[in-house]
Amino acid sequence: MSVPLPYFLGLSAVLFVIGAAGVLTRRNAIVVFMCIELMLNSVNLTLVAFSTFLGDMSGQALVFFVMAVAAAEAAVGLAIVIAVFRNRQTVNIDEINILKW
Amino acid sequence: MYFVALILLSQDICIVPVTTDAILFSVLAAAAIVTSVLMIIQRNPVMSAIYLIANFFCLAALYLLLRAQLLAVLQVVVYAGAIMVLVVFVIMLLNLGDEQKLAERINVRMMIGVALAFGILLEFLYLFLSPALEGSALEAPVNLGSIGTVESMGVALFEKYLLPFEITSLLLLVAIVGAVTLAKKQS
Repeated sequence: MSVPLPYFLGLSAVLFVIGAAGVLTRRNAIVVFMCIELMLNSVNLTLVAFSTFLGDMSGQALVFFVMAVAAAEAAVGLAIVIAVFRNRQTVNIDEINILKW
Repeated sequence: MYFVALILLSQDICIVPVTTDAILFSVLAAAAIVTSVLMIIQRNPVMSAIYLIANFFCLAALYLLLRAQLLAVLQVVVYAGAIMVLVVFVIMLLNLGDEQKLAERINVRMMIGVALAFGILLEFLYLFLSPALEGSALEAPVNLGSIGTVESMGVALFEKYLLPFEITSLLLLVAIVGAVTLAKKQS
């Protein structure tokens, strides 16, 4: 392993920020959803990098749990998107504002 | 530009010799960034999903570079396989077409969003590349041992993290029931 740890951390920071920019700018609920997956993945990269560089398996075990939670989140989130689309005929998050205020 | 900034910021911390690992990392990091940027600027949700899958493959290769074999396989199977199939299935099911394209255009809020994201990036880079991180973690481990193999992962999951592992199964059960209840037709 000749690539130092800060390079992995920097890459994961850039990926996280691209995901955050997507969440802040996109209006399609499913694309926002995919951006959240991207942010989860960048955090996973940080955990795996630290796990390898510190020689500790705890980071990779945590990534395993993050993947399980992401799968559960994907199932429930997409079910919510389907339910909202059935009622409102849209996935534009600007028009889904019934919980605002 | 990213690499130039990264090299400039980190040149006092470390000097990277050109090796297979370094070349692989550069290519995979560039591919991951390009695919994720393409993902958020695509208007068509299906194209976004395809670029996200490509991004997941890049991350799986990076995990292999970090010797995390089991997680690389799980990344492809769980993320690129299961989760993205679900996402693409929902995009197709809702038949989101051209009507979504008109809704997204450049406005003040979008610019504020990008500016805020850039602010987070500066904070992260300052934090991650600061000399405070200097220490034992910065030196690459000489002996990687059994880190990342299925065996060491199993030992970690079934000894130290047995209770969280079992609770994960409960979480997945709740998610299945919740998804079915939410998505079924109201009668």
